[in-house]
Amino acid sequence: MAFALTPEREIELADIFGRYPNKMAATIPALHLCQDQNGWVSPEVVAFVAERCEVSVAHVQGVVTFYTLFNQKPVGQHQVWVCRTLSCALRGADDVLHHCEKRLGIHVGETTKDGKITLRTAECLAACGQAPMMQVDKDYHENLTLEQVDVILDRLKRS
Amino acid sequence: MIKHTNYLSRTYKLPDGHKLAAYEGVGGYKQARRALSTMKREDVVEEVKKANLRGRGGAGFACGVKWSFMRPHPTKPAYLVINADEGEPGTFKDRTIMELNPHSVVEGCIIGCLGIGAHAAYIDVRDELHLSKARLWEAIKEARAKGYLGKRPFGVDYEVEVYVHTGGGAYICGEETALLNSLEGRRGEPRFKPPFPAQVGAFGCPSTVNNLETIAAIPTALELGCEEFSKLSALHDVRDGGTRLFGVSGHVKTPGVFECCVGLTLRELVYDLGGGVLGDAKLLGVIPGGSSCPILRPEEIVHAPDEKSPLHRWHGQSVLDVPMGVDTYRALGTMLGTCCAIVLSDKADPVLAFHNLMRFYRHESCGQCTPCREGTGWIERILDKIVAGEGSMEELNLLHDVASGIMGNTICAFGEGAAMPALGFVQKFRPELEAYVTSGGKSGTGRLTP
Repeated sequence: MAFALTPEREIELADIFGRYPNKMAATIPALHLCQDQNGWVSPEVVAFVAERCEVSVAHVQGVVTFYTLFNQKPVGQHQVWVCRTLSCALRGADDVLHHCEKRLGIHVGETTKDGKITLRTAECLAACGQAPMMQVDKDYHENLTLEQVDVILDRLKRS
Repeated sequence: MIKHTNYLSRTYKLPDGHKLAAYEGVGGYKQARRALSTMKREDVVEEVKKANLRGRGGAGFACGVKWSFMRPHPTKPAYLVINADEGEPGTFKDRTIMELNPHSVVEGCIIGCLGIGAHAAYIDVRDELHLSKARLWEAIKEARAKGYLGKRPFGVDYEVEVYVHTGGGAYICGEETALLNSLEGRRGEPRFKPPFPAQVGAFGCPSTVNNLETIAAIPTALELGCEEFSKLSALHDVRDGGTRLFGVSGHVKTPGVFECCVGLTLRELVYDLGGGVLGDAKLLGVIPGGSSCPILRPEEIVHAPDEKSPLHRWHGQSVLDVPMGVDTYRALGTMLGTCCAIVLSDKADPVLAFHNLMRFYRHESCGQCTPCREGTGWIERILDKIVAGEGSMEELNLLHDVASGIMGNTICAFGEGAAMPALGFVQKFRPELEAYVTSGGKSGTGRLTP
C-alpha cells in the first residue's frame, strides 16, 4: 500500500520544502519525518520521498543506506542507543551495554520478543563529559549508573 | 595560565538562559543591530580578521580570512553554513552553546551573513541532538517575531533567514563538503577540492562553512572590539586569539566544558579544570582535541632548540606546559582540534583505547576512497587479532604501513584523521602493543575503566 503522511506532518513537510532552494534538499528531513510516523523506511516510504522530493528512487535509497539513523527494517517501539566510543568506554560504557543485554535478554542489534525495545550501540553522541550515557528514543540519559539503567529499562518495558 | 571568561557561556547559568529575554539582558543582539545598521560587508571582514578567531571545529583556519574569500557572484546567491555536526569523539562543547546560549548562534549568523554577503544561513545539526535543534528553532522563532530576522532585520534592508538542517547520522558529515552534500539531500560523501566552498558550495553557490562555536563567538568579538578580543589570548602574538570552550572527559574528577582564554595548558585543563586524574592515578596520556589528534604522553619533552620554532619558548619543558593553540599543537606533532581532551589514566589499557578508536574510524569511513575504506578495516582487523591474543609481530608492523598508506591518499582529511592517531598509538605505545603480541593478549589490564 502506498505511504501517506498524516495531515499534520503534511503541513510540516510543506514547511520543510520552504526552507531550501530546491526540493532535493528536503530528502533527509523528509525521511526523518516519514520514519517518525512509520517507524522505519519501508520501500513505500522511499517511493513517497522520491516522488515528493522529485528525485529518483535510487537516489533516496542511496541516502537511506548511507546514514545510520534510517532504519532499513522494522525496529522495536523504543530505541536504546548505548554510546561506546572512547570517552564513554573509559567511564564504563561496556558495563552499561552488557548490563542492558543481560537485563533485556537480547544482544546488540536485536529487538525484545514483545517488540518493545531495540538495543543498539552508537558512536560518540557528544556527551563525553557526562559519560557513560545512552539515548532512549529522543532523550539523553547521562552520568549513568547500572541502577539508573534498570529504572529506565523497566519504565520502557511497562510503557 | 588559566583566565576564566564568561562570554560564550554567559547565559549558561541564567534561568531560562536560552530565551531571548535572557540573552538581551546581557547585551545580546546589540552587535548584530550595530553591524547591520552601520557597517559595510568589507568593514565586518576587516574587523573580524583582527580577532584572530581560529576556526573552532578542528582545522583552525582564521575566520575573517575565510570570509574574505567570498566574492559576490553575478547571478548566484551566497550561503552561510554552520557546522554543528558535533561528532568528533571527546567533543561536546557545541552542544552546550546550542542548548544554553542558542541566541548567540543566531546573532552570529546575522553578522556572518553580512560578512560574506549571504541572506540565508543553514545550521546543520546532527539529528541525535534533539534538544539542541529545538532550542535553535525556538531562538530563530523568537528572533523573527522580534523583527531581528526576516526581510528587514532591525529595520535594515538586508534580508537574513536562518534555518536548522539535520543530517542522518554520519560522522563524515562534519567534513565541510560532506556536510554540503548532506544539506543538498545527498549521500554525505566529501567532494573534491578545488573548487572550494567559497566558489562552489551549497546548491552550487558560493558558501562559507563555519563551526558553530566560531560563529557564536562573533558577537563577543565585535562587542569587545576584535583586537581586544584577540588580546585576551596568551597566543595573540602568534595570531591565535580570543576565548574559547575547553572540554575535558575520560579519567578526570570533574569532566565538563569550561570557557577560558586561549593559551591554557593541558596541565591546567587536566589538573585544575578537570580536577586531576580520577582516583589520583598516574596520567597515561591525553588525546588533546578530539580523537583525530595524536595522543600526548606526559613524559614527552619539547625539543625545539631552533629559535625560529614556534615551540622554542617551551624548549626543555613538558608538553603539558605548552599553551593549547592551533600552531603550537601542530608543531608538537599533534593537533588542537576541537580543544576537547580525552584523559587516560594508567588504569586504562592503551591497546584497548587504540582498538576502540580504530573501530570508530572503520565504522565511520564513508567508503568513497579505497585507502581509507580498506585501510581503516585492516587496522581494525589487525587490532581485533592483537587484542584477542592472536596477533603477530608482522601484523603489528603492518599497522604502521597501512596507516601510512592512508595518509595523503584520500579526498578528505578523514584519512589523516584516522591514520594520525593510529601512528601516534603505534609510536608511543609500541612496548605495550608488543607485549600484547608476545604474551598472547595477557599483558594488559584488559579494561578501560579504573
